[in-house]
Amino acid sequence: MNPFYTAADHFVLVPAVMLALFGCAILLFDFLVFPDPRQRKYLLFFLLLGEGFAGYGLWQQHADLANGARDAFHGSLVMDGFSIFFNWIFIAATVIVAIVSYKYLEIEGEHHAEYYSLLMFAQCGMFFLASGTDLVTLFIGLELMALSFYVMVGFLRTSKRSNEAAMKYLLLGAFSSGFLAYGFSVMYGISGSTKLTDVAAAIGARGPFDPLVLLALATTSVGLLFKISAAPFHMWAPDAYEGAPTTVTAYLSVASKAASIAFLLRIFLGPLASARDAWEPILSFIAVATMTVGNLAAITQSNIKRLLAYSSISHAGYMMLGLIAGNATGIKGVAVYVLVYTFMNLGAFLVLVALRRKGIIGEDMDDIAGLVHKSPGYALLMLLFLLSLAGIPPTAGFLGKYYIFLSLIETHHYTLAVIATLYVAVAIYYYFRIVRSMFTRDLTEQAPLSTSFGLRVALAATGVLTLGIGLYPEPFLRLAETSLLH
Amino acid sequence: MMNDHLLSLVLFTPLAGLLVLLFIPSRQKELIKVWANLAGFAGFLISLPLVSRFDKGASGFQFVERANWIPSLGAQYLIGIDGISLLLIMLTTVMGFIAILSSWNAIQDRLKEYYCMFLLLQVGMLGVFMSLDFFLFYVFWELVLVPMYFIIAVWGGPRKLYAAIKFFLYTLAGSVLMLLGILTLYFQYASQFGKYTFEISELMKLSLPLGLQEWVFWAFFLGFAIKVPMFPFHTWLPDAHVEAPTAGSVILAGVLLKMGTYGFIRFSLPLLPKASMDQTIVQILAVLSIIGIIYGALVSLMQKDWKKLVAYSSVSHLGFCTLGIFAMNPNGLAGSVMQQVNHGISTGMLFLIIGVIYERRHTREIAEYGGLAHVMPKYAVVFAIAMLSSAGLPLLNGFVGEFTILQGAFEANRAWAAFAVSGVIFGAAYLLWLYQRTMLGQITNGKNLHLHDLSLREIVVFLPLIAWAVWIGVYPKPYFDILEKPVQQIVERVRPGYYEGGAQAATRPGTGVNGQ
Repeated sequence: MNPFYTAADHFVLVPAVMLALFGCAILLFDFLVFPDPRQRKYLLFFLLLGEGFAGYGLWQQHADLANGARDAFHGSLVMDGFSIFFNWIFIAATVIVAIVSYKYLEIEGEHHAEYYSLLMFAQCGMFFLASGTDLVTLFIGLELMALSFYVMVGFLRTSKRSNEAAMKYLLLGAFSSGFLAYGFSVMYGISGSTKLTDVAAAIGARGPFDPLVLLALATTSVGLLFKISAAPFHMWAPDAYEGAPTTVTAYLSVASKAASIAFLLRIFLGPLASARDAWEPILSFIAVATMTVGNLAAITQSNIKRLLAYSSISHAGYMMLGLIAGNATGIKGVAVYVLVYTFMNLGAFLVLVALRRKGIIGEDMDDIAGLVHKSPGYALLMLLFLLSLAGIPPTAGFLGKYYIFLSLIETHHYTLAVIATLYVAVAIYYYFRIVRSMFTRDLTEQAPLSTSFGLRVALAATGVLTLGIGLYPEPFLRLAETSLLH
Repeated sequence: MMNDHLLSLVLFTPLAGLLVLLFIPSRQKELIKVWANLAGFAGFLISLPLVSRFDKGASGFQFVERANWIPSLGAQYLIGIDGISLLLIMLTTVMGFIAILSSWNAIQDRLKEYYCMFLLLQVGMLGVFMSLDFFLFYVFWELVLVPMYFIIAVWGGPRKLYAAIKFFLYTLAGSVLMLLGILTLYFQYASQFGKYTFEISELMKLSLPLGLQEWVFWAFFLGFAIKVPMFPFHTWLPDAHVEAPTAGSVILAGVLLKMGTYGFIRFSLPLLPKASMDQTIVQILAVLSIIGIIYGALVSLMQKDWKKLVAYSSVSHLGFCTLGIFAMNPNGLAGSVMQQVNHGISTGMLFLIIGVIYERRHTREIAEYGGLAHVMPKYAVVFAIAMLSSAGLPLLNGFVGEFTILQGAFEANRAWAAFAVSGVIFGAAYLLWLYQRTMLGQITNGKNLHLHDLSLREIVVFLPLIAWAVWIGVYPKPYFDILEKPVQQIVERVRPGYYEGGAQAATRPGTGVNGQ
């Protein structure tokens, strides 16, 4: 009989353990050691410590990767290049979001320790999404992440917008989880197992157009596409993004999306890989619809958070294209895209975080007007992030698009390639509405930006990475290379 | 060895100037101006050794520098020049310096950002003309868009925002489609040779079927034709020119548009020889060029706005450049490159001339002027030279280019030459008429009575361009010598056996000009 929890299991699980333990520790310490709200920012050190331990565990896993992938818990979890790559992204995103949050939450008057715990719990869920190879593990990971996010989106208890966003996100999210669970139950019904490998074998035996396979495919896809905010399941995203605290929006748009993409890849390249003939046309259509909805709706937005929400919908469309191409370039492209998207999108939201000041919501096109006169550094960074989001070289965003386009050409999806490239021009139009506001208009108010040490560090990091990955991408491309699912 | 890194030095001098400029406080306006001008001048000076050390007898690329950049992609930092790029690089460094110098009084606010944008633009343009790696080329190609957007959008005229975003979107839409073409070649190379590379000379080894070449050709075409701009993609140009500040127009017309024609010569022709020789494609492009020549000229005749007139004349002149390229013979190609340089010089001068009068009167309505020669004699002389050089008067530069192109066009298809010649006539018509309406006759508008003539700085701006125009017009031989080898290589690549045929009398380009 196999032992229940071996050292090998622990080795694979250790980042999640650290995240969960330190998440709980923060709650306890808040209660016992820091009764004064003003001291709560010191809890950040616990978070950083926890992330440090998680990162150390991940580092050891990374070093061990040369020996091949490892299974744990009887095949429920796996430690492979893919999981490690995505977990690096989660750690980076969580740390960046955490260190910019304290000032923002103080301004909002909602600086609570639970926030940091929830960040870590959500990240713990993401760990399972990237590493899970079992339907139940994956589902629990998804719910752990989603539940944490439901709370975080509604974290501004006194704000109607925040409450509305949370309610909307919760209802639609629960609904889509229901679909997903139903899809998983059909998969279990087909294969009699919850292991992805068993499910893959069972679906492969039945062929792509078997009615049960199609049912599993349809229901699972609805759940997954909701999570990455693909059209027509994107409706929650603009409202949730707009209403949530900006730091949470940043986290939601980046880490949650990265985790959901990892989840999507695990399912579509795992159990559903053999049903490619059935899903490729549908996903192609959905990808185009997603890019269309995201890009066209973004054009008319005057709220920058909402604009970035729609733009992040269109980015989900680009990421899906890599999956549709499906060759090594495409999958690597998704990995690179997620990596660069993390930094550039976080960066853009960080500038919005700085725009939130006492008494100024700072989300409107008018609020960012003339930013270059007041804070040229922030304006230039925002320009950099927006250029990168649009995919203009030599910024990091270009590399993500580069791989996606290349994979589409390699697999002869020429029409998709042309549509995807032309939407770059559309994207420039709305991103440059922000640029235009920052650089050609006059200031609307003189209040200085609310900056903090953490925010400056985070902005410097995202800025350097966004430009640095664009100018010298080699190490990052190597890293993405290790993430390929075999 | 300085030779080893001379090109990088030329490429990054403006960037070094920019980095220093960033640390000069915005209040120090004089210092910013002086430094930016020094950086521009240094960029020109440092490019001079390229001319003296260039070996025009050698074939292939010179001053080549190669370094691994992104091994995973097969992208290299690979730069080098041949005669064609040499001329365009010199045009860039000269026009760049003159554009910066001409901004001394014209730009009064946000100086630091303005000059930073100009220097960045300079890096992008130089990079485009130097890159021998398609990835690197694309990076520089796109890099140009951002500073130009800001130059128009921040320091431009009343409709600047519209013009700036139109410029950006048009050219971006073209260039992302071009990117698909590049990636197709890249992928085809990898599947034929088993390794990924963006190196142009490697990609030239590809043998692709005609059908695929045609697709890639059209993808490239969209990227380059929008930049040139060829008819019917020219509509962004008048807007951008009219709204841009003077120096922006000078660089836009003088150098930026040549990125498109350069792209045709450097990439479309050698990489896709079959498609480039396909009769349907050649016919379409030649006809578009001729439409551009005549349409641009006719629209220029109708303009009431001085700057718009010159902007449309660019459409016409660039039509000559593309016609020369698709004549696909040594005269056409060499004439095209000459005409690109000439257009840079003469249209650059024309825009500067408009800038001079606009600084004094703040209007560009032609009807507002008349008889300026009485109050501004020096100005009238300079304008006359620029106008005649643009109209193609013999002994000035424009003639050399147009004549050679027409020779090439005649050799390819007599009808093309016949139609194109009418563009020369229309060109003389709108330019002379413009001159007559603005400079000659009596002063009818009282506001023009007390305009002061060119200042010393303004004369210094014009002098090198006039000298260059006369030099090319009187003694173009060195230019054609420089162009002979690269043009020969391209023609041999596109039309193997052309030089052995012996049927063509004029194989040395430019031999018809000035009786040489």
